[in-house]
Formats: sequence, C-alpha cells, structure tokens
Amino acid sequence: MTTYFTEDHEWITVNGGTATVGITDYAQAQLGDIVFVELPAAGANVAKGGEAAVVESVKAASDVFAPVTGTVSEVNAALEEDPALVNSAPEGDGWFFKLALADPAELEGLMDAAAYKAFCEGL
Amino acid sequence: MSEDLTPEEQDDIIQTLPLDRWHRDQGARMVPFAGYSMPIQYEGILAEHLWTRESAGLFDVSHMGQLLVSGDGVDTALEALMPGDFVNLGVDRMRYSLLLDDQGGILDDLMVTRRAGDFYLVVNGATKADDIAHLHEHLPEELTLNHLDEHALLALQGPKAVDALSRICPGVEMLTFMTAGAFELAGAPVWISRSGYTGEDGFEISLPAEAAEAAATLLLAQPEVKPIGLGARDSLRLEAGLPLYGHDLDTDTDPATAGLGFAVPKRRRAEGGFPGATRIVRDLREGPARKRIGLILAGRLPAREGAPIFDGDTPVGAVSSGGFSPSLQVPIAMGYVQAASAELNRPLQIEVRGKRLDAVVAPMPFVPHRYVRQGS
Repeated sequence: MTTYFTEDHEWITVNGGTATVGITDYAQAQLGDIVFVELPAAGANVAKGGEAAVVESVKAASDVFAPVTGTVSEVNAALEEDPALVNSAPEGDGWFFKLALADPAELEGLMDAAAYKAFCEGL
Repeated sequence: MSEDLTPEEQDDIIQTLPLDRWHRDQGARMVPFAGYSMPIQYEGILAEHLWTRESAGLFDVSHMGQLLVSGDGVDTALEALMPGDFVNLGVDRMRYSLLLDDQGGILDDLMVTRRAGDFYLVVNGATKADDIAHLHEHLPEELTLNHLDEHALLALQGPKAVDALSRICPGVEMLTFMTAGAFELAGAPVWISRSGYTGEDGFEISLPAEAAEAAATLLLAQPEVKPIGLGARDSLRLEAGLPLYGHDLDTDTDPATAGLGFAVPKRRRAEGGFPGATRIVRDLREGPARKRIGLILAGRLPAREGAPIFDGDTPVGAVSSGGFSPSLQVPIAMGYVQAASAELNRPLQIEVRGKRLDAVVAPMPFVPHRYVRQGS
C-alpha cells in the first residue's frame, strides 16, 4: 500500500487496482467543523482533477477533487451519520470513497508523504 | 478592492487592528474581512458558538465604524436620513436603525445612541467609508462628525457575560438591554452598552485602541470568557435571526421588505420625513411584495447565499444567508421570497447543486433571544 497526496489536499492510498480517497489533516484543519459530506454515487466515473465530493463546514462549501481517474466502487456511509469523522480521523475512518483505477500511471504525478509535508510547510 | 492589483498588493492594503498580535497569541486563524485582518476562529466555530450560548464569548469588532455626531439639532438632522425616533430618545439609550438612500433602500444598518453631548453611531466595517461620505454630504454643515478611528470595539456576549464583566467593571449589571454608559475598565475610560449581535445578553465596549490589549487580557482572565472568532459571530447572529449587511440587507431591500418595521416607530410612520417614507409606510401597512423569511431545512446539507428558493415549481426567491445551526443541529437560512410564499410553516424547496432540498418557513429568531430588558 502506498499513499499519495495532491496539491488540493486529497490523499489516495493504493492497494493493487483499487484506491481509497480522503482529505488530509491539513485540509480538515483549514475547513473547520464539517457538518455534511456529499459523496459521489457508487458506480460513478470520476476524472482526475474533477469534482468528486463536496464538504460543507459551518462556514462554507468546498469541492473535493478526484486525485486520479476511476470508477467509484464504495462510499463511506459512516460520514452520513457522523461527518465530524473527517475532522477527527481525516486519514482513517473519515475516508470518502474507494476507486477502481482507470490508469495507474496517473499516480506518478502525485506527491509522496515527504513531498506533501514540504508542500504544506511552504503554504 | 481594485482588480488591477496583484494578490500581493492586495495583501498590502489589508489593515491590521489594534489586537492583531493578541489574536495570534491566542491561536487565532486570521483572514481578510472588510479590509482588515480578522480572527475567523480560535479553537473551532462549533465549540466557540456553543461556548457563547452557555457562558461568555469575547469578540473583537474593532473593524466597525464608531462615529460621533454633535451640534444643535443633531437629532432632527439624523431623522432626515434614518427612520428612527431620535428626538424622543433618552440620554444613554440606543436604537437599531437604518441609513436609507433616496429610494428608501438600505445603505447600512447601525446602532444609534444618544449621549449627553452627542450621538454615538456604530456602523458596519465594510460600509463605514461610504457611510461617512453619505453623512458628510447630507448632514447640515454646522454639525460635527468625528470618526473614532483610534478606538477599538469589543463585545462580550453570553448568559455569563454579566458575571464576568461586573466583576472587573462594577455597575454594568445595572444597565438593561439597549442602554449604555461611561465606565472604567483596566484603568481606561470606556463606553459600555448592553447590546450585541448574538441574541444573548451581553455588552459592547468602546475604548481607546491603546487600552484594548489590557482590557481584552483582563476579560479573558475571567473563567467564563473565551475568545470567539468571526465564524461563530456569523452562526450566532443567523440563529438569532439578525440580518447581516451586504448579504441579508442591501440597497435593493428596505425596512418593510426586510421585516424591520420595529425600526420605524409610530411617530415616524405618521410624520414621514425620512428617505422613501411614502412607499415604506405604505408597504408596512399593506405588506411588501417580497419578504425576508427564516427557513429550516430537512436533512443536514446547508443552503448558502444565492441558492434559489422554489414554491412548487415556481421560483419565488433566493437564500441571502444560510448555514448549519450548531445549537439546533439542523441547516437554517434566511432569504427573500414573494409575499405569497412567506407564510409560516409553508413548505418550500431550496436548490443546492442541482438538488431540491425540502425546507419550511420558520419563525425567527431560530434560537430565542435572551436579552435582559428593563423591568424583567
């Protein structure tokens, strides 16, 4: 399993041909208290860099983009009842959706953990 | 702000407030707002919101404009620009009022206090330059207008605000809602009113900028008090049903449309003499074509400013501000709709990202006011 990061503060953990996607701890801290997560439908196709989900914090709505192209295989139903999981466990139980990868080569343009950490420190 | 400027140049013209460093020391996240760097939150909007509802929150609202108007006939001069009754306003008493343009559209909402020697006005930060220009243009030349731009403004809001403030500033407990007076706090002369923008009991404290840090530190040392950012200020005022200028009020709204008839007292309705009086008085009597309403949404997805409102298949208006209510744990909103769709409990729908969300017209405030009124 390898985890990659985007400049829009999504993470994607790849396990074979499928991947799990969420937003980073940095992102949840910036958004503040999250009160609703609008997830894609299972079976939906998402495109790299395209809108995949929306997070609503107390103050605003923010788009979450797909780190890579693929087909949504599962969404995190727990977020419907408890959207605050994204605040408390953004890189764990607060995951958003799982994807069947269309083109694993797209992962090569993403950051690893060290590069993402340096990216955030530069913000 | 000019679009010709680069983001770096725009950052340069964001001004800092007297307590800028103090906020950063308290762990605030600062954001640009109304031309100033302001604290949006400290520990988090939800926690700050709920703390204010149960204890006391300290807000820095020094971006707001504090103005003094004085001279012979100042009360009647102000009545020519606003629909309030200032002639009969007692000393150290204050009123919510509205600065109106020639057509009766709302240029700003503000607090007006009669003091022994002048009138003290508190206007919105984003509109203060325009307000000052408007007052200069329309007030008689023999009146004096002073902008207290070397003053800070703090608000202490919540059911325990009176316990915290009276401990360090004895006597404030004698004030009642919408009254004010001169006091001393942390060694500085201050002007304190029992008023606010949260729906809770509380106080607003005007003081010299150089005294702000000592006063804020002393207030924060009281066990009831935590610092509260602009984020919770917005969710608190929304629950209290209080409109926000630039969102719920603008020059396309007037006192009747906005449901602010309480700001046009009987004598002014009878006598007129304020901008747009004929139409506003008629609309207050017969009902306006459009009305500001409260909405409670089903589900958990909030509707934001600009979301269209439908009555059946018919578009009838739009959300002017909306969010998630931390106290009620449901999404709430304010908006303007055609009068026929404004009746309480009427089911409407709000469109958010292509989906129609069920909502119902609800009375405001969404969370009851807890003001300490005279005689209560």
